[in-house]
Amino acid sequence: MSTFWSVWVIVLVLGTIFGCAWLLLATRKGQTNNTETENTTGHSYDGIEEYDNPLPKWWFYLFLGTCIFSLGYLALYPGLGNYEGLLGWTSTNQWEAEVQEADEKYGPIYAQFGETAIPELAQNEDAMKIGQRLFANNCSVCHGTAARGQVGFPNLTDDDWLWGGEPEQILHSIAQGRQGNMTPKGVMPNMTNEQVDQVVNYVLSFSGREKAAEAAEAGAAVFAQACTACHGADGTGMQAVGAPNLTDNIWLYGSTYEWIKETVVNGRQNQMPAQQGRLTDDQIHILAAYVYSLSN
Amino acid sequence: MRHETIEKNLGLMIVLIVLTISGGFLAEVVPLFFQKEVNEPIEGLEPLSALELEGRDIYIREGCHVCHTQQIRPFRAETERYGHYSVAGEFVYDRPFLWGSKRTGPDLARVGGRYSDAWQRQHLFDPRSVVPESNMPAFPWLFENRADHGSIAARMTTLQTLGVPYTDEQIAGAADELKGKFEIEALVAYLQQLGTVLSEKR
Repeated sequence: MSTFWSVWVIVLVLGTIFGCAWLLLATRKGQTNNTETENTTGHSYDGIEEYDNPLPKWWFYLFLGTCIFSLGYLALYPGLGNYEGLLGWTSTNQWEAEVQEADEKYGPIYAQFGETAIPELAQNEDAMKIGQRLFANNCSVCHGTAARGQVGFPNLTDDDWLWGGEPEQILHSIAQGRQGNMTPKGVMPNMTNEQVDQVVNYVLSFSGREKAAEAAEAGAAVFAQACTACHGADGTGMQAVGAPNLTDNIWLYGSTYEWIKETVVNGRQNQMPAQQGRLTDDQIHILAAYVYSLSN
Repeated sequence: MRHETIEKNLGLMIVLIVLTISGGFLAEVVPLFFQKEVNEPIEGLEPLSALELEGRDIYIREGCHVCHTQQIRPFRAETERYGHYSVAGEFVYDRPFLWGSKRTGPDLARVGGRYSDAWQRQHLFDPRSVVPESNMPAFPWLFENRADHGSIAARMTTLQTLGVPYTDEQIAGAADELKGKFEIEALVAYLQQLGTVLSEKR
């Protein structure tokens, strides 16, 4: 703050306080305490008159007290322009102190858990309590409080993994995020409606649910051309690109003919947001162990 | 001076009342108009794109700011949950600001990038389909209504007049940027950029 504005604030603040005190004392002149009188202010409305008595004592001193309190407050805390106050308080350093205190308290615990290998950490009850809370705060909004997922957001409690269920892979998914990308009609943009029907039937046949056996048979050729690049020749998927296994009857986007058709025709875009920077490395490590513990 | 003097001289009383009630405003508010840290954008802050601005206007129209704040206070409990506390320089292009005053839902100051676009769309279409315990209303009409491309240039010109550094090219291209887009796309674009400029998140 420039000197001008600093002086401006100081003059106004002190002026207001002393102005209030002056008003209080000046209008009291001539009246002393405990001098209740029968004098009236002199006006009378419908026969109602008003006594002209001083302010009650407690009220008067309370008023003076607030003026004195405000001076003490302004001496201790920042309020007078650039003057920082005797306590040196700012909202930023209060926050920093709060964070530092928490770091000192929780830092060693996090550091210890952060160094423990994930499979081992997944057995640690205390760590998993922390993990459960971190999960509830940061992950449950998409994956659900029980981590069972929902349409578009994978279930983390089963053995089926889009991007891999090894500790390192889970850690990577949380820290760096994942970008799932299925292009419309796979790598066969000129797929006809008939071919879509065939390939959907073929995909359904992996879990024994095809509508039309003939179409499903014909779909094998379409699948080989459009889908195998990511989902593999046998449809078991590829974790390196996040392509799901189509043969296990676990579905990220619904398992019916209509759902699968929608997926094939329009493709799917999905994203797991990266948590690095939002959470500390140790927190991510504990979370990875928690997610690991859900299925191991 | 007796209180009679004040009470019986209307002019004097008016002067004293005005002085008393303007003290707080003059001391606490007026100096802020001239403070660098309040008026200058933080590094990297850009005015909202046409699509994001439309999203912001939808945010206001639907009353999102009534239940969601956009200000993270400097308390550890808040910075742990939401990220770095809000600073004045993040809001210099916000007219009006949308800090809000009540959190029925969570703070949104740094919601940008926190969830995927797919989640935001699903959640706005039917909040309880993704968060069963949510009491947020659904906004299905955003998926049917087209963004208002007719007035976007005028809205940006108004902001430009108020000092938001839009270039004339940006304003000229604004309508095309919105044409054919659904309201939901605008709102999600707005949400996904909230608070992302301050990279130091913790």
